[in-house]
Amino acid sequence: MDRFAELLDRLVLTPSRNEKLTLLTDYFRETDDPDRGLALAALTGELDIAAVKPAMLRMLVVERMDPVLFGYSYDYVGDLAETVSLVWPEPDNRVRANRPPTLSEVVEKLQAASRSDGPAVLASLLDSASIPARFAIIKLVTGGLRIGVSARLAKQALAQLGKVDVAEIEELWHGLAVPYVELFAWLEGRGPKPEKTAAALFRPVMLSHPVEDRDLEKQDPADFAAEWKWDGIRVQAVCEGGTRRLYSRTGDDISGAFPDLVETMQFEAALDGELLVGDPRTRTGTFSDLQQRLNRKSVSPKMRDKFPAFIRCYDILQRNGDDMRGRPFRERRDALEIFVATLEPSRFDLSPLVAFDEWGDLEKIRGEPPHPIIEGVMLKRWDSPYLAGRPKGPWFKWKRDPHTIDAVLMYAQRGHGKRSSFYSDYTFGVWTGPEGSEELVPVGKAYFGFTDEELKQIDKFVRDNTIERFGPVRSVRADRKHGLVMEVAFEGLNLSSRHKSGVAMRFPRISRLRWDKPTAEADRLETLQALLS
Amino acid sequence: MRARDLLQPRPEGLYCPPGDFYIDPVKPVDRALVTHGHSDHARAGHAHVLATRQTLDIMALRYGENFAGATQAAAIGETINQRGVSITFQPAGHVLGSAQILVELDGTRIVASGDYKRRSDPTCAPFVPIVCEVFITEATFGLPVFRHPPATEEIGKLLKSVKQFPERAHLVGAYALGKAQRVIRELRDAGYDETIYIHGALAKLSDYYVRQGVTLGPLAPATVESGSKGDFAGAIVVGPPSAFADRWARRFPDPVSSFASGWMRIRQRARQRGVELPLIISDHSDWDELIETIQETQAQEVWVTHGREEALVRWCEMNDIDGKALHLVGYEDEGD
Repeated sequence: MDRFAELLDRLVLTPSRNEKLTLLTDYFRETDDPDRGLALAALTGELDIAAVKPAMLRMLVVERMDPVLFGYSYDYVGDLAETVSLVWPEPDNRVRANRPPTLSEVVEKLQAASRSDGPAVLASLLDSASIPARFAIIKLVTGGLRIGVSARLAKQALAQLGKVDVAEIEELWHGLAVPYVELFAWLEGRGPKPEKTAAALFRPVMLSHPVEDRDLEKQDPADFAAEWKWDGIRVQAVCEGGTRRLYSRTGDDISGAFPDLVETMQFEAALDGELLVGDPRTRTGTFSDLQQRLNRKSVSPKMRDKFPAFIRCYDILQRNGDDMRGRPFRERRDALEIFVATLEPSRFDLSPLVAFDEWGDLEKIRGEPPHPIIEGVMLKRWDSPYLAGRPKGPWFKWKRDPHTIDAVLMYAQRGHGKRSSFYSDYTFGVWTGPEGSEELVPVGKAYFGFTDEELKQIDKFVRDNTIERFGPVRSVRADRKHGLVMEVAFEGLNLSSRHKSGVAMRFPRISRLRWDKPTAEADRLETLQALLS
Repeated sequence: MRARDLLQPRPEGLYCPPGDFYIDPVKPVDRALVTHGHSDHARAGHAHVLATRQTLDIMALRYGENFAGATQAAAIGETINQRGVSITFQPAGHVLGSAQILVELDGTRIVASGDYKRRSDPTCAPFVPIVCEVFITEATFGLPVFRHPPATEEIGKLLKSVKQFPERAHLVGAYALGKAQRVIRELRDAGYDETIYIHGALAKLSDYYVRQGVTLGPLAPATVESGSKGDFAGAIVVGPPSAFADRWARRFPDPVSSFASGWMRIRQRARQRGVELPLIISDHSDWDELIETIQETQAQEVWVTHGREEALVRWCEMNDIDGKALHLVGYEDEGD
């Protein structure tokens, strides 16, 4: 348990992805079964433990200590799990085990506990654990580790451990059971690759490369099909032998969030497509609409009615037990067209092809897409098989050029790791308010898009123009006459009630520094609002 | 003699009217008794200073030889008479030279602890509990959430991370007096014998510790001249915490920012400072040490100088000890 607790503590404070991978891989290498498998399940959200409510936790602790002292402590720390882990008193009559409990012992006790003895079981576990272990136990029972590690990252660490492609792990994943003993045996070269036994498994998705300068001039347009690149979420819908699953592009099972869609999946196939909301026959919703349906555990009938989910189909990977992935795209596309016509029309349609003769035609079409939720075009070689991962050559994405605005730097925050002595995270704003009394309102935050040399220059600017400091954040001088204008590129805008400006940018990055531009000439909020309509 | 006539809080610090002296005054006074060398307790500009030899030496290193009009060294355990008031210095276990001050008159005994800790520290003499009527304690970590783990465990975390990320430099923030030398010494005790690089602000005090018999092993200045960027890969660099947010830190390859402090017990504190590897190593007492010490002194009254007073006063209340906060201002937890 202590080793797992230590891992959580390190992960939560480690900002860099590569370092997180090192921490995870080392943990998996050094920890025995079944503890490491349970840790993996906890990290990927597959661990099933009955939840304890915060109120119960609070009750357990004030039974054991002065409520006033607990109150002071909680006020100071601000996080319930952390406070309880620290103040939990050592029991007087404690008979110390000669070693701390293991993760598997903890999980076993928690899973065996009934609703009525759950609190007592939790209390006795906290009695026996160290401070970091108590924190980890409380995180396990209150649900959600929230340590900045995605299931995808955990799988990446497994791939690194076994020196295999992460696609292989994703493909197997849903056929595996906690605590993944066979999986670790295979990764460590001690056992065979686990067989794909379960039905409706995920198939690793094929991804594309962005079109770069001169990529296309060597290519013959006739070798490629073009279709719109829809800006929803890429999904895979699989039905096999009565098992129906909807997967995200990284293999997470998201069926539970889209019951309306899943119940109409009545076929024997694996389809690749884009999840969107609306009715494919009449109306495709915007990304903001789609967001209403994302990251929800359950979905209300009202949500289902207002934002029905559907799939715009791109590809067919399996049909009636026949693996299609080795066949050329042209053949799969023909099969897909016939197949989609048999599906529920309010929930499935075909992503249309875009006709073109020359790259120049496509360039024009790409700039003027017929729908706001199109973010460019996809190019697929007619002869390409469906390959896992991101092979270079067969598929390209050719995105619409990003939007840009000129914004003014308002706050800068110190970065992490390599950048810990640099102010490298920037909050920028645009003007709002009537003429003569304009003020800046923050519209986004960006921390990349500039060169190392530019970073040094901005850092110097921040240090020379600081007005106030709040911990690692500095507010910089920014008014009508002074300040730094940054050209910010972004992919789209969403309505946001969380931000004062009412808008939130998608994928913002600094595209150019405008040292030459007077701040008064930066954009106004209205410019952004116009993009929303 | 009532205790409050023997020692009382004043804006300048704790004052003893019959002896006409202050303990750790924050403003220049005629006669000052100083518990230890941290700059919030030991200030320059007093006419007379009484402190341990080591504290006087440290003050001279920090402020120059003329930091006071006149100085007198107090030997540990020896009683000095000041206008009829007996004064005895006893080790406080906080940093090199740190002492508690026992003040006695007509059978009334008050102990002013200064800052103190109970954990073993290879760089200074251990705290000695003194039975007294009034115990004046600090409360820097006076909340039940502060429970310091053994320093050896924390040093173990650092060494493990150095092994795990050999391509990165580990920058350990530690205050220049006490914490820095303790971290270095604990590393040596854990078997780490590589050169440890130090920031210039640590050099004089570290040399002094070595002269006082605290061996610190091979140290080198963390200057760019002493090596190219790559040479700091896998190295441990110790410096004052403020330096790591500064441009100074850019000479190191992809640094892991670490900080040795009791404050690192609280995750949010670590997060706010951008600390990746918090090391919970403190030169102050944690909650358990504070209440254990109060009990050992058998004091009937506890006065709390600075820190999180309310929780400690509440604990005294619950245990039938008279507790009160002195609300002294000007002490800023420099040592952690």
